[in-house]
Amino acid sequence: MTTKLLEVNNLKQYFPIKGGVFGRTVNHVKAVDDVSFYVNEGETLSIVGESGCGKSTTGRAVLRLDEPTEGDIQFNGENLLDLNKNDMRKKRKDMQIIFQDPYASINPRQTVRQVLEEAMAIQDVVPKADRVDKMMELLDTVGLGSHQLDRFPHEFSGGQRQRVGIARALAVDPKFIICDESVSALDVSIQAQVLNLLKNLQEQYNLTYLFIAHDLGVVRHISDRVAVMYLGRVVEIGEKEEIFDNPKHPYTKSLLSAIPVPDPSHKQERIVLKGDVPSPIDPPPGCRFHTRCPFATEKCRDETPELRKTETMTGTHEAACHYMEDIEAGRHKAAY
Amino acid sequence: MTNDADVLQIDNLQTSFFIDGSEIKAVDGVSLNIPKGKTVGIVGESGSGKSITSMSVMRLIRNPGRIKGGSIHFNGEDLLQKTEKNMQNIRGNKISMIFQEPMTSLNPVYTVGQQISEVLQIHQNLSKKEALSKSVEMLELVGIPSPNDRVKQYPHELSGGMRQRVMIAIALACNPELLIADEPTTALDVTIQAQILELMNGLRKELGMSVILITHDLGVVAETCDYVAVMYAGQIVEYADVHTLFNNPKHPYTVGLMQSLPRHDMDQEELNVIEGNVPKPGEMPEGCRFAPRCPFASDICTRELPDLMETEDGNQVRCWVYSEKWDGDPEVNVKDDYKTARSQ
Repeated sequence: MTTKLLEVNNLKQYFPIKGGVFGRTVNHVKAVDDVSFYVNEGETLSIVGESGCGKSTTGRAVLRLDEPTEGDIQFNGENLLDLNKNDMRKKRKDMQIIFQDPYASINPRQTVRQVLEEAMAIQDVVPKADRVDKMMELLDTVGLGSHQLDRFPHEFSGGQRQRVGIARALAVDPKFIICDESVSALDVSIQAQVLNLLKNLQEQYNLTYLFIAHDLGVVRHISDRVAVMYLGRVVEIGEKEEIFDNPKHPYTKSLLSAIPVPDPSHKQERIVLKGDVPSPIDPPPGCRFHTRCPFATEKCRDETPELRKTETMTGTHEAACHYMEDIEAGRHKAAY
Repeated sequence: MTNDADVLQIDNLQTSFFIDGSEIKAVDGVSLNIPKGKTVGIVGESGSGKSITSMSVMRLIRNPGRIKGGSIHFNGEDLLQKTEKNMQNIRGNKISMIFQEPMTSLNPVYTVGQQISEVLQIHQNLSKKEALSKSVEMLELVGIPSPNDRVKQYPHELSGGMRQRVMIAIALACNPELLIADEPTTALDVTIQAQILELMNGLRKELGMSVILITHDLGVVAETCDYVAVMYAGQIVEYADVHTLFNNPKHPYTVGLMQSLPRHDMDQEELNVIEGNVPKPGEMPEGCRFAPRCPFASDICTRELPDLMETEDGNQVRCWVYSEKWDGDPEVNVKDDYKTARSQ
């Protein structure tokens, strides 16, 4: 029986734009606009999308690192938005985050010992006397070796520093970890090491991951389920096999076809999208993808499609497009 | 050694940085030919020396760095013997470069039109007016909509993909024979990357230029390159045409790199990692530079540095396994045995 560890409903995150002489709010950046999803205990849900689609903002909102504008966030049956600041801080014992840039997310003036000590002290998880043992154990777990405890961040390479970030997240025995582009800054050979580590840790400690990434190769490797975001909305969500092998939304299809395949004899039909992602300040009405979608019609401009399921989709797979059936049956053709 | 079909011939290039009295060999004996009208990819991870190689070709190495030795022949003339003034006539004119980050490579206080015009005014002696109308043509060529308006805009008014298109327009303004693209799509989203790669491929065929594409992305290499050089710790460890390299990789580093790549088009159980880290530039191992991370490393690998040698499949590979001096398992097959060798 799977239980939902995290459930996000109708999450909205608007950032005000101040302007004019009086610094009034003149408009909003609608970074996340009505997003709902859940993560089952012990699984990995990935959020993918291009820059500016709101995937990182979603992650930050879940931890209340930014205060969400609207919506509710159930974690372990409790609405996080009802908690006061103090209770929320305590809750973060169960919810940790590993950031993209290991150079910027670790204090350069602290040794690994201080970094880990601070994390444990704030959440008061391990009795003081046992902390050093726990730290040594953590470093071994993440593959650094306990002799590195008194080193400073600058003495490590990028991959090792990311391991320090992972050790810090694990220091408080969390249930849930958000990985925000955690392997994006690393070289391929090091990236593979860290990915394998994250996978092993998940099995060992029954961790639940919300994995935010733009690299679909990485996502396929680590995820159980995937949510594809475009301009603040989820356009498609489902089991990873469904998303990669049976994508339904035109955006997901073009995204997948755009990735270069490391095989020179592989010739794939590429759907090259026209233009750029529109501004989230004034997103297009209706389906937000209609300005770049080769299948778009009047209807796409006027009506916002909801996430739904068609007959050829299995599991929890859903996508938000008016024309999924028609495109599949060949009744609706691309305009270019 | 000169071959008419090669636009550029790099021979035994050595570029070092001299810091605190010690020498860091960033590029150590790189030889590479760029055939006319072809794309040669240079692949490697951070610190492998791929960017320094291209900067050396452009003679853009600044103190404390210095090109210590070797030669770089461009159309038969050694670029390393040129005066700085001669180099200025070549840069941006015969050889152009596109950098990774279009925002920092464009000047924020000049309009796009002014920046493209500058190149044309300097190298082709066009008047301001002629240069500006050529700029509009260039913007059209790189697929920027309404180029007449865009030409008056500043870089900050353009999106990342647009900026990279402007960079390409500047680089191609003088119809160069050789284009060096240093991670041209790394900062871009995949859908935009697809647009830019398609554009570069089309323009290369149309204009008949040669391209050096520097990247860490094997997918981009497979799609755009004719030949590939894999660099590790300042040296080329493998060189082959793109099909040979991907179908029959020979060097353990190339194999490891390919097997550690998570694929979006197939499922993999566990990624095959390359253990350890790239050696620090000041602490190069004696012998083969990949030996400390290589699952096949044998005695000779830790003692002697192998040369690039030709194999029967046409790869050039810097690895003892393919030489007569190999003292490890004679039956070893790097590609098939990588995983088992690693777990031992």
